[in-house]
Amino acid sequence: MIGAAALALVVAIALMLIRALSGPTLYDRVLAVNSLGTKIILLLGVIGFLTGRPDFLDISILYALINFVATIAILKFFRYRSFQVSLTRRGKDGA
Amino acid sequence: MIAVFLEYWNAFRPAIGSAILLVGAVLAVIGTVGVLRFPDFYTRLHAASVTDTAAATLAIVGMALLAPSLAVVFKLAVVWLFLFLTGPTSSHALANAAHTAGLQPMIGRLGESDGGDE
Repeated sequence: MIGAAALALVVAIALMLIRALSGPTLYDRVLAVNSLGTKIILLLGVIGFLTGRPDFLDISILYALINFVATIAILKFFRYRSFQVSLTRRGKDGA
Repeated sequence: MIAVFLEYWNAFRPAIGSAILLVGAVLAVIGTVGVLRFPDFYTRLHAASVTDTAAATLAIVGMALLAPSLAVVFKLAVVWLFLFLTGPTSSHALANAAHTAGLQPMIGRLGESDGGDE
């Protein structure tokens, strides 16, 4: 039954990849990549339990950290077109 | 009494854990179908963020029931806590960035509206 869960997660990742490749807007792609990352984190843990080596969870933790930072960095770059901006600065449009 | 309960618990623990893990994985597939089929960015964001948190929680609870030692359960708890904190945060950042950039939500019934940019 763990194998079925891993297969379902692989199917979810494949379908989400379609949305990431064909998203109409940039934000659809960022959303798809972020959600893909969450599913990959779960799949790494499930693969660890499937092969009897739960040490894969360390890779899961690392992937979760990188996934969050990558999402925020991509959004920040496409908002300010630069990484040299403080995240707490208010823009001209008040947001 | 407690010994009998623990015996049954240890006998059925892998089956219960696998079932909960499978429910979480199927929930991930359902959320992905929602992301594929919904007509608008904001509805897609709703489908993805809600099911991601629930699917991660269910899958991690299932894996914790399968875990051989308490150290593995602790690592799973760390992963769950991080996902629980960062999932809604990144969803909010996405919606805020899209709204600030001027992406309008689709208003009205499906098929009548020309407000969204599908």
